[in-house]
Amino acid sequence: MSDFDITSQTMDGMGPHGTKVGLLRVLGPAHVWALGVGIVLVGEYMGWNFAVGKGGAYAALIACWFAGILYSCVAMIDSEVTSTVASAGGQYTQAKHIVGPLMAFNVGLYLVFAYTMLEAANAITAGYLFSVVATMSGHTGELDQRPFIILVIMFLAWLNYRGVLATLTFNLVITSIAFCAILVLFLSTSGILGESILEHAALFEGHELPYGWIGVLAAMHFGLWYYLGIEGTTQAAEEVRSPARSLPFGTLAGIMTLLIAATLTWFMCSGVLPWEYLGDGVNGSVAPLFDTARLSGSTALVWLLGFGTLFATLASANGCINDASRAWFAMGRDKYLPGWFGAVHPRYRTPYRSIIFLVPIALIFALGAPLDQVITFSILSGLLGYTFMPLNIILFRRKWPLETIKRGYEHPFHPIPAITLLTLCGVTFFAVFLGYGTQLVAMIGFYIVVSLWFHFWRYRFVNRGAQFTMPWPKPRGY
Amino acid sequence: MDLWNWLEYGAWALSALLGLHMAFDWLKTDSTYSEDVLTSSREGELEAMAEEHAEKHGVRS
Repeated sequence: MSDFDITSQTMDGMGPHGTKVGLLRVLGPAHVWALGVGIVLVGEYMGWNFAVGKGGAYAALIACWFAGILYSCVAMIDSEVTSTVASAGGQYTQAKHIVGPLMAFNVGLYLVFAYTMLEAANAITAGYLFSVVATMSGHTGELDQRPFIILVIMFLAWLNYRGVLATLTFNLVITSIAFCAILVLFLSTSGILGESILEHAALFEGHELPYGWIGVLAAMHFGLWYYLGIEGTTQAAEEVRSPARSLPFGTLAGIMTLLIAATLTWFMCSGVLPWEYLGDGVNGSVAPLFDTARLSGSTALVWLLGFGTLFATLASANGCINDASRAWFAMGRDKYLPGWFGAVHPRYRTPYRSIIFLVPIALIFALGAPLDQVITFSILSGLLGYTFMPLNIILFRRKWPLETIKRGYEHPFHPIPAITLLTLCGVTFFAVFLGYGTQLVAMIGFYIVVSLWFHFWRYRFVNRGAQFTMPWPKPRGY
Repeated sequence: MDLWNWLEYGAWALSALLGLHMAFDWLKTDSTYSEDVLTSSREGELEAMAEEHAEKHGVRS
């Protein structure tokens, strides 16, 4: 019998390599699901409908399903690699082991930027939701959104600081409510329970593809919004009880949930709201599911979807804080960043310094940057991360074929998912370039500059010997 | 002043309270424990344990 107990609160069995205080392994597959779906589901409540504005309702549906293929590939590839490289940092740690330090540094920054920007965008959205509720409840004058934006970030950071189990259990509850709200709205508006209010034929007539096929291509940019962030499940790798089982299970269940939620969302909203109104997420339909509920005439549905919108926003910000702090922590632990960030709280067992450090950064973006710019930088960082994944899995399978390392999950049809993902990333880069070319170039320029800084200065501080921790055989060809 | 004005003040106060709580706990933790303990976390401990366990008990994966 083994002489260690990894569930012990005082001695977590992490003695072999000298860990005195490590992250706590307390999560199960449901928490992994809540982390992934929680980050993403806000994209169903708002944001995806900009795709309708780019190319009409059908274009948004095509983008929804193509982006669904892209993210199914992401989920499968991630599940295989992370069930083998089960450490905090997710794709950063994968890149470190499989590609090399410079790639790892870049991927780590993609992750931190994508999640911190998304957290800021969610806080801005929550502030806006509070102002809508204030107006609806008879408040006169303009509500100051800043205290509510700050409260969202501070409360969720505090929750993350206090422990991962409470944080992701909270996410599990509010994400489940937000997902169930979408199902209830579908049952109530589609004719399954009561009378249908959907009028697709009348609304689509003459507006099938208003901007032709280039509109479909442009819609791909916001098609990502349906699923952006599902890859965040990998950040829980060091805190799940059984990484090889829980991570693939939670991630794949998550992408299935999102495929259902995305399709139902498109079906309901496009059947009720005219495409010109639905596609204008600023002056038209800011929260399409909530607007659909309002048009249903049911007060109960309005309340349910109102809470669903707020819960989805909070769940996303909560998951983003969790993920950004793990990526930052992992980089600090390897000295890719100052080692000070690699500290774990001895009581709460969380990367507390990383959590606190990222709070003011999120606040600066939430209070000082426009929402569409914040979202665009989040999408761009995410997209750069997705482009890395196919290269990562191809190298992983080439260096360590299936018979050399036992995986918790083996994704099927390799290399078809990798090639599909790479192709769809290329298409999406072009779509983003059509709308936000300047930001794309600026972002790539930024990563080139920080890469030079890392190569010529920072790498000398990295724990070169200690950074490769997996007990893998020598890679094939080396 | 209506309810929402009070809620605004409440949100400012609660944010400050949560921020102060984190800052206080952070400083207390840093002054109570040595840096060696706080930054002792190492990646791949589970793999190391599995490997050690396999070696100790002659189990091959």
